[in-house]
Amino acid sequence: MNDILLDGTPKTPTVHFNSATGLLELRGRSIPENSIEFYKPLIDWIDQYAHAPRPLTQLRVQLEYFNTSSSKCILDLFKRLEAVRNSGNEVQVLWHYEADDEDMLEAGEDYQAIIKLPFTMVQIQEVDDN
Amino acid sequence: MVDRIFDLYDELEKQRIMLSFKGDLSAELISAILNLIEQKMAHSEPDQKVRKRVFNVVMECLQNLYHHNKHVPIPGEEAARAEERQGIVMVAQANSGYSVLTGNSMAISEVEDLKRRLDEVNGCEPEQLRDLYKHALGDGRFTRSGGGGLGLIDIARKSRRKLEYGFVPLDSNNTFFSLNVNVTP
Repeated sequence: MNDILLDGTPKTPTVHFNSATGLLELRGRSIPENSIEFYKPLIDWIDQYAHAPRPLTQLRVQLEYFNTSSSKCILDLFKRLEAVRNSGNEVQVLWHYEADDEDMLEAGEDYQAIIKLPFTMVQIQEVDDN
Repeated sequence: MVDRIFDLYDELEKQRIMLSFKGDLSAELISAILNLIEQKMAHSEPDQKVRKRVFNVVMECLQNLYHHNKHVPIPGEEAARAEERQGIVMVAQANSGYSVLTGNSMAISEVEDLKRRLDEVNGCEPEQLRDLYKHALGDGRFTRSGGGGLGLIDIARKSRRKLEYGFVPLDSNNTFFSLNVNVTP
């Protein structure tokens, strides 16, 4: 299957979804007006990936900002990964937050409370938005 | 008219308005306004946490305007007039922190539901707001704009103050909704 490689824009994140390594990255800002449109190909990709996933899938989320329109879509990504885990594969979520950004840490904890995936909270100095 | 330019300038200065815009908001304009706010805050606000909260609140408020600003035509009104989506946004420095003020036209029929949600949010303590957010996030429901009703809850969480709001009737079908969100350190 094809990988997803999207460069970040002022309103959408950098996306690297690699089916060969099982490494899925979301980095930068996710504040588009129409998030459903942006996230649909990402969600479809995970659905396809779920047919033949790697033994270990890791989703690295490193966001500086995300809007509430994105938050339901990001939850949807997690839910698709729950299905990958339920079929007997390991799935990890690394949720990055900047050292002084307790709001972003809380946002990660909110997802953690809803989603049955192992989350690791990773403190960083600054979101790398390249 | 020309005399009023200074009056307007003077008023904006007195109210410590950092940015003010009235008109139809496009996605491009939202980007431009967010960029401007980010640049201004980088100079004026040393507290990174406050900068991020203000940016978040301005972003959600602008996107509320983008998605919900609406004018319901009244009988005999031209279609072109009904298409206009006039809104207003202002960001001002306050005694402590910032004020994000927005206003838009909306259908009278939707006022009751909006007022109910504003009062619900205003009746919550921070931890209750967090629970409300998690509940709305996890309920699997998408709204037209995608947020599933999370916008106001998120704004209230970032603000940490009660949301100030008002409604002014415009005509038989429309109301002007005003919202003031305070963001304080």
